[in-house]
Amino acid sequence: MSSFLSVRDLKVHFPTVDGVVMATDGLSFELQRGKTLGIVGESGSGKSVSSSAILGLHRKSSAIVSGEIWLDGVDLLQISDEEMRRRRGKDVAMIFQDPLSAMHPYYTVGNQIAEAYLVHNNVSKKAAKKRAIEMLDRVGIPQPDRRVDDYPHQFSGGMRQRAMIAMGLINNPSLLIADEPTTALDVTVQAQILDLLQDLQKEFDSAVMIITHDLGVVAEMADDVLVMYAGRAVEYGKCKEILTHPEMPYTWGLLSSVPDVTGDTSAKLIPIPGNPPSLLNPPSGCAFHPRCTHMDKVPGDLCRTEMPELVPGVSAGEHLKRCHLANPDEIYATEILPEIAPELVEEK
Amino acid sequence: MQWTDFLKGVVQGREYPNDPELKKKAPELIANCPAPCFGYSVVNQTTVNTEIKEAFPVTFSIALAALIMWLAGGVFFGVIAAVKKGTLLDRGIVAGALVFYAFPAFFIGVFLLKFFAIKWQLVAIPEYVPIADGFGLWLQGLLLPGLTLALLYMAGYIRMTRAFVLESMSEDYVRTARAKGLKSRRVLVKHSMRAALTPLVTLVGLDFAALMGGAIITETVFNYNGLGKLAFDANTTYDLPTIIGLVILLGTFVIVANIIVDVLYAVIDPRVRVG
Amino acid sequence: MDQTPTTEPSPQGEGPGTATVAAADHEAPRTTANTKAVLSVENLKMYFPVKSSGLIRRTIGHVQAVDGISFQLPTGGSLGLVGESGCGKSTTGRLVTRLYEPTAGKIEFEGRDIANVSARSLKPLRREIQMIFQDPYTSLNPRHSVGAIIGAPLAIHNILPKNKILPRVQELLEIVGLNPEHYNRYPHEFSGGQRQRIGIARALTLQPKVLVADEPVSALDVSIQAQVVNLLQSLQREFDIAFLFIAHDLAIVRHFCPEIAVMYLGKIVEIADRETLYSRPHHPYTQALLSAVPDVKQAAIGGRRERIRLEGDVPSPINPPSGCRFRTRCSLAQEICARAEPPLLQIGKRHKVACHFPGELGHHPEKPITPRLLGVDDTGAPDPGAAPAAEVGNDPGFSDTWFDLERRSMAKA
Repeated sequence: MSSFLSVRDLKVHFPTVDGVVMATDGLSFELQRGKTLGIVGESGSGKSVSSSAILGLHRKSSAIVSGEIWLDGVDLLQISDEEMRRRRGKDVAMIFQDPLSAMHPYYTVGNQIAEAYLVHNNVSKKAAKKRAIEMLDRVGIPQPDRRVDDYPHQFSGGMRQRAMIAMGLINNPSLLIADEPTTALDVTVQAQILDLLQDLQKEFDSAVMIITHDLGVVAEMADDVLVMYAGRAVEYGKCKEILTHPEMPYTWGLLSSVPDVTGDTSAKLIPIPGNPPSLLNPPSGCAFHPRCTHMDKVPGDLCRTEMPELVPGVSAGEHLKRCHLANPDEIYATEILPEIAPELVEEK
Repeated sequence: MQWTDFLKGVVQGREYPNDPELKKKAPELIANCPAPCFGYSVVNQTTVNTEIKEAFPVTFSIALAALIMWLAGGVFFGVIAAVKKGTLLDRGIVAGALVFYAFPAFFIGVFLLKFFAIKWQLVAIPEYVPIADGFGLWLQGLLLPGLTLALLYMAGYIRMTRAFVLESMSEDYVRTARAKGLKSRRVLVKHSMRAALTPLVTLVGLDFAALMGGAIITETVFNYNGLGKLAFDANTTYDLPTIIGLVILLGTFVIVANIIVDVLYAVIDPRVRVG
Repeated sequence: MDQTPTTEPSPQGEGPGTATVAAADHEAPRTTANTKAVLSVENLKMYFPVKSSGLIRRTIGHVQAVDGISFQLPTGGSLGLVGESGCGKSTTGRLVTRLYEPTAGKIEFEGRDIANVSARSLKPLRREIQMIFQDPYTSLNPRHSVGAIIGAPLAIHNILPKNKILPRVQELLEIVGLNPEHYNRYPHEFSGGQRQRIGIARALTLQPKVLVADEPVSALDVSIQAQVVNLLQSLQREFDIAFLFIAHDLAIVRHFCPEIAVMYLGKIVEIADRETLYSRPHHPYTQALLSAVPDVKQAAIGGRRERIRLEGDVPSPINPPSGCRFRTRCSLAQEICARAEPPLLQIGKRHKVACHFPGELGHHPEKPITPRLLGVDDTGAPDPGAAPAAEVGNDPGFSDTWFDLERRSMAKA
């Protein structure tokens, strides 16, 4: 079965005065309708840049996008700009991180939502506004027929994100990209928004890409997870598989540097040393090697000299990893897990 | 005493000169100056109010013509430069604007007058005609002085428009608009420019108010009897009442312009609107 | 003070492997009931006036940002303040550092009330209570070198002669894990995590007794957050600094603080030691808040837990709901909740909760427990027969006797 969305060897390069910034460098993944893919990474890992490329949002003057992006049998990188524009917001929609700055301060919420409907449907303004009210109602805004004429600053943060979702879903897109949809929100509001996204996904049977730095959000939402580092996928597979048997030290670092609310209070926070790499001058070999604490377990100078391929992991199941370590599952079980979640070790 | 006299005149109006003997003998020599009266210019043998009343329409017309020209040109070229950022067209516009900005007003004024009006005779030699005498003639008279001022101000407006539009094009809400699938022209006009041009409103208001008293050189070059020329003459002849009257008037313009700008801002930006 | 905390691999990247060394004894100093409080806050209030628009700006109301909170901060210990945006936690931090002057209430620092002292007598106080800010990008002046930023407090307070300032600055840079030779660089030359270290060094310059950390890591990347949290913990151990740790991230606060207060709309709704608060919360808001946090490990092993959905938004602090402020979104709310405000009642050794129906999730009592204390009946109407107990809820510390939920009376351990 061919995938609904299939990204192959996607590269997004930004030429600058100082050299080429390789924001995304050879990214491939697949996504089916009704499924959710979580893309995890820190700032500068290329996760947002890649999603913007799927939507065709990069300006030709500043970015070079290459590779293949197949959506429902069409390569989005081959079609004309006008054709891409007609799909944007209709087949593929996007929800952004900060709903306050992502909405125009001078136009009413209703105007901005209706605009998304008007541009792809040949209807009257009145009909578009009616549809906007329906969508506001659907995403749980109270008194939608009154709030439709409010300006974004009159909405609370959670309501603005609901309005953004209404705007994104008004044309029943088959692919929804949510770029850090809850990062700017409080936890209880985040829970509301995540619930809403899940309900709507079921209702519209859309494919959802959720981009976040929060593994917790991914754990709750995603079927598949793709961990990005320095513009490349370093681990990719089924969500549960990745979270229970991670095989790449960067993923271990992400898991062990974040505390949680239920685990043992004596669990330790093990930070990833150093800083994220520069995309202008990425480190040689494995991009993570300057921050990796397991290099001594790889024979020779392999980590420093050779970029590992994205290959099937040691454990069974669909699980790809980009690492030279030969026995990551053992290292994880004996060295990492006891540190970060001693209570899970005892259960076994 | 002079100040109380002056203030009394502003509030109540008065007669010049305040001499009951003269009023009996030759009432035609007494000038009546109704409130608010800014004084009597001995040099020009008339009340300051009359002077201003004659000069104001001239300056206002020139400033208005200049404003429309520089705003239209500034926004038009600024937006083009922003959209074509980095191209030859962009650089040409910015460089051209800079050239005009570098020339002093008297040079541009004299240049336009000498070549456009006198040598090539493309336009009639400019002369102020009140609007009551014909709209077309009025417009014709404003063309060259308006253009002189407009060219000076346009450079700044081109650069600012370009910067504001570029800034707004990287805003999140413009990305949202593009993500909706809007055509790029609509993104530019409805989303980018609406936000980019708001700060211009403030500048336009203040520049216009400043221009009301500041077009001295242009008015002198074209020999238009506007407020600027009036102020210049008053200064050279030590015509104190006229100077005081003009200072008060121009100060009032700036304050009023500020208030209008604030009100306009609330109209444009819903966030400023009174809740 | 020449040792560098080993927790911190410096951002310049020391060899791998150092990261785990000092995490071994990361437990923050435990507080006990007997520990003397360095800071004690009682019934603290901060109302910001809301002005009408127009030429004559009259005060038309007040934002009740902080409305009568009491807590204690033990010497060398840490208290966490959590809550959602607008709950007043940052305002509390600014009140404690006296960046604001409180509307009412007491802030006792080492036994002295500093709530209303003048600007002049505040100056020595500033040495004792310092603040770390959220945004490392905007809280450092871009035109000052790092050395000037860190050394400024020494010059302002005339602590060291000019020629001794630089060595001290370098020492501080080393303590926070930065290269001491970088004192003449400017903030933009550092990454976000490094800038936060600069902010921490600046706060440490005067060797404060209390550090108010307002969302110290929320602007940083996840992998950097742990570095900064570990740094703060090792500094706390080394210099015996008391931390008021303000954050919206419940997991970070749980990790850092042995005692945590949950705020909602300007009030503390529950305060307890971390084991009690996170495993047996008694306030419905705390329960909802905790259930909303996505949990990687739980989700990975056992699927997701049921979330408690909170409907709607936090009401406006200008006109908060009568009685209990959480009642508009609370599933337990009854008549009494609208009529009477629940006091912050001590129900365990180190556990206070402000609710008429406190109990573990699913085990909330049928009838309110508070009427007798407040002198009202079960619906919250004044009960002429009952005499209200003495003022409850404003004691900053914990007492040896508390209200036993089982027996419905005051009890001792």
